[in-house]
Amino acid sequence: MFYRENGQFKTTYRADQQIFPITQDRIAIALILAVAFLAVPMLASDYLFRAILIPFLIFSLAAIGVNILVGYCGQISLGSGAFMAVGAYGAYNFFVRIPGMPLIPSLILGGLCATFFGILFGLPSLRVKGLYLAVATLAAQFFADWMFLRIKWFTNDSPSGSVSVSNLQVFGLEVETPLSKYFLCLGILVVIGLLAKNLVRGAIGREWMAIRDMDVAAAVIGIRPMYAKLSAFAVSSFIIGVAGALWGFVYLGAWEPAAFSVDQSFRLLFMVIIGGMGSIMGSFFGAAFIVVLPIALNQALPLLGSLFGLEISTAGISHAELIIFGALIVWFLIVEPHGLAKLWSIGKQKLRLWPFPH
Amino acid sequence: MAFFLETLLGGLMAGMLYSLVALGFVLIFKASGVFNFAQGAMVLFAALAMARFAEWIPHWTGIDNPMLANVVAFVLAGVVMFLVAWLIERLVLRHLVNQEGTTLLMATLGITYFLEGLGQTIFGSDIYKIDIGMPKEPIFMLESLFPGGVLVNKEDVIAAAIAATLVTLLSVFFQKTSTGRALRAVADDHQAAQSIGIPLNRIWVIVWCVAGVVALVAGMIWGSKLGVQFSLATVALRALPVVILGGLTSVPGAIIGGLIIGVGEKLSEVYLGPFVGGGIEIWFAYVLALVFLLFRPQGLFGEKIIDRV
Repeated sequence: MFYRENGQFKTTYRADQQIFPITQDRIAIALILAVAFLAVPMLASDYLFRAILIPFLIFSLAAIGVNILVGYCGQISLGSGAFMAVGAYGAYNFFVRIPGMPLIPSLILGGLCATFFGILFGLPSLRVKGLYLAVATLAAQFFADWMFLRIKWFTNDSPSGSVSVSNLQVFGLEVETPLSKYFLCLGILVVIGLLAKNLVRGAIGREWMAIRDMDVAAAVIGIRPMYAKLSAFAVSSFIIGVAGALWGFVYLGAWEPAAFSVDQSFRLLFMVIIGGMGSIMGSFFGAAFIVVLPIALNQALPLLGSLFGLEISTAGISHAELIIFGALIVWFLIVEPHGLAKLWSIGKQKLRLWPFPH
Repeated sequence: MAFFLETLLGGLMAGMLYSLVALGFVLIFKASGVFNFAQGAMVLFAALAMARFAEWIPHWTGIDNPMLANVVAFVLAGVVMFLVAWLIERLVLRHLVNQEGTTLLMATLGITYFLEGLGQTIFGSDIYKIDIGMPKEPIFMLESLFPGGVLVNKEDVIAAAIAATLVTLLSVFFQKTSTGRALRAVADDHQAAQSIGIPLNRIWVIVWCVAGVVALVAGMIWGSKLGVQFSLATVALRALPVVILGGLTSVPGAIIGGLIIGVGEKLSEVYLGPFVGGGIEIWFAYVLALVFLLFRPQGLFGEKIIDRV
């Protein structure tokens, strides 16, 4: 009733090629943006910003990056944590070593560092495929872990690779309060999300998808596998790198290489798989799921325990979290292997008819 | 020269242990096409079970012979691993038949978290030790050839011998028994195997059980070497380059890959490490595997990948 496209005629190619061709979608997006930019800052508490909203925004960004590589180009990567680390440490070096370096350019330069790193470790993808590639990308992960721990130059000679940044400013405005951090992350996410959405529906996105669906066939119809795969690695690691830099600069403030361990890579891959491979929308769902789930479990378990008169120790809670997290992921994969984005599109399909039967 | 030989031998011993973990990966991948990330968690789980049972059994039954307690603990832990294998097949794999490789990989990652949490909930999360009476003192070999001889850890030799025995047993099992033949048939072609009456589900349970036993042996050896603790689960990450180097589908590949990686790691750490700040073992293995992959994308012994449009 509300979600009908009947009567929305496209009379020009421009109108037909919009990002959101359906009017209701445009309204919904405008509403979401309005909520994100206006309502949330007015209503949310500092705790909500710090614990949920800022991690959610940064992980959404990273998940978009991983999704481009894994979901759109079909190259499974377990090295996303490394790209985040390279982004964070790259940005850190530019920020600290060049006096008066503004924040945004150093984030972008950090992203570019991650791009080079990504292309370098993307080279094996030209030769190796599938699960072999997945394991090969772990090389990037362990190499980065080692590099930032052992090569002191990258971490400004700090012991054990822990670094910190302070006095963040954007266009002369202090980025210190949770609210301003939220706005910074949101702004970057919106810009990059829009770019990513446009990339994947453009020529290059189609090349990626062709490579994903069958790389031999794609090569036969004239898509250069090297160009397509490496560009996917480049774009994806740029986005992941920027997310990593934000994670370090804005969320953590002070970090060490362990912040970008292999666990982080797995978590990012979970977001993409649970959210939905090959869907920008899905990246947001996946990030929300993975960010909120541990916090929710953490809050709910002691309550549940006290309900049954049990006192659960902190270690017990963290173990129970692992169990439930693992079980939920398996359950989710069984129930909906195509991720939350698929549920979303089913919901939309149903909404087209609702409340009428046909 | 003696030092070089020592390093080489140490590498070979470590390589044998890597092969043991890698073997678990290969068995499951061959028979069900699942890249089982949970192998490391299974090693941890099995080792935890074994360590704690060995500790509890004297209290429960009054057996005070430590060797007997160890044997009983081993059997009990084996039963636990059977149970885990059966549950995984029943609750997870059966529902994910025909899904893509990535989905299955993710499911095993979920299992990894689950097993890590469960193992530590049931068996506790401290550091435990498995004492199966392995001699710790080093011995000197080849003293007639080199001045001072070559220092070898007795424990490593025994561990390598156990690993070698297990591998031989497994290859006999795979080559000579009818179950082994059925396993290989399933590995070759699920549909063809099913059409001649091989029950897929039962085969999968068997394969996961075998992988569970391999994990138990690996956990026992690693556990007695390093102590049973959470970091045992990361042994899987050390064994992954072995698997891709040897080829995901080849049992001999797992062994030879393990030896190559073990030796490569040790030699690089000793001869290359000091120039770049040390600690390069873990990524060097991956890079070594990558270099091999560049020449043979399916691993040393893997089946040739043929792409058709």
